Amino acid sequence: MKNIRFLLLGIFFGFVLTKSEAISWFRIQEMFRFQSIHMFGLLGTAIPTAMLALYLIKKFQIHTVEGENISVPKKKFFKYRYILGGTIFGFGWALAGACPGPIYALIGNGNLVFIVVLLSAMLGVLFHTLVKDKLPQ
Amino acid sequence: MKELLTHPWPWYISGPLIGLTAPALLVLGNKQFGISSTLKDFCAMCVPSLSKPLNANLKENAWNLFFVAGIFIGSVINYFWFQNPEPVKISENTISDLHKMGLTNLNGLVPSEIFNWNNLLHFQGILFIVIGGFLVGFGTRYGGGCTSGHGILGLATLNFGSLLAVIGFFIGGLTMVHLIFPLIYNNLR
Repeated sequence: MKNIRFLLLGIFFGFVLTKSEAISWFRIQEMFRFQSIHMFGLLGTAIPTAMLALYLIKKFQIHTVEGENISVPKKKFFKYRYILGGTIFGFGWALAGACPGPIYALIGNGNLVFIVVLLSAMLGVLFHTLVKDKLPQ
Repeated sequence: MKELLTHPWPWYISGPLIGLTAPALLVLGNKQFGISSTLKDFCAMCVPSLSKPLNANLKENAWNLFFVAGIFIGSVINYFWFQNPEPVKISENTISDLHKMGLTNLNGLVPSEIFNWNNLLHFQGILFIVIGGFLVGFGTRYGGGCTSGHGILGLATLNFGSLLAVIGFFIGGLTMVHLIFPLIYNNLR
């Protein structure tokens, strides 16, 4: 099974995410109140690390484990939906204290009521599908 | 060893490890870090007739479903064997703010006074659990990504659209915490 490698990386990521406490509602509250460096330190080290690794991938023309070329994400330019969608996401992030990755991680950590958060998020996705043609893009 | 895996990890250790996940996905199979798209895949699983309008392709995104299944398993491993018994060490100022919101029990990863099944019958629970989740789902699809896709991969590739989305995350979060929470203060108890 080719996808097992993604399962294994996911296990690593889920464990790291839990240990980082980025999945904690308390940490998200602290972040939006600017009362600790913790979340900013997390993002502020995660992003440059990813940036450096992507630079090395490009520089040494590293291929995937199967020898394919690696493509970087497409450039995205100004669109209202990024800022509007981002803001709506921000409302939800402050309330539920979790973005999608942490929702899965919180359920795994025994916070079973986050199943309702997950189902509500899926409802939000379905609702977006129904109304997306009417939204400013 | 067990001690090391039980304690929470400082941000300067866990941050870089989180950051390495994005390039690891590229090297493992040219896959782009982005967890919120799995929400639409799960929707398409529940309502197959909506796959097309949802823009979901279960075959193409199978890797991502394995990835989030991994997130779940990694968390279960933490839950059973490496759980941190201590409360999250948030700052004194946050603790005092949360007390003012009426929260007394700050143990665990989330406040059990808000996130419990009985609370789903109350305004507070519906707001934080149901409406919160709904806005996360709606916002990620409308904005085209979440903290992983925009916040980490997008910013690491200097993507302007992702920067706008992250600015949006903070506009939304700050508005909610500093303007809307005080308005609904009395209902938060």
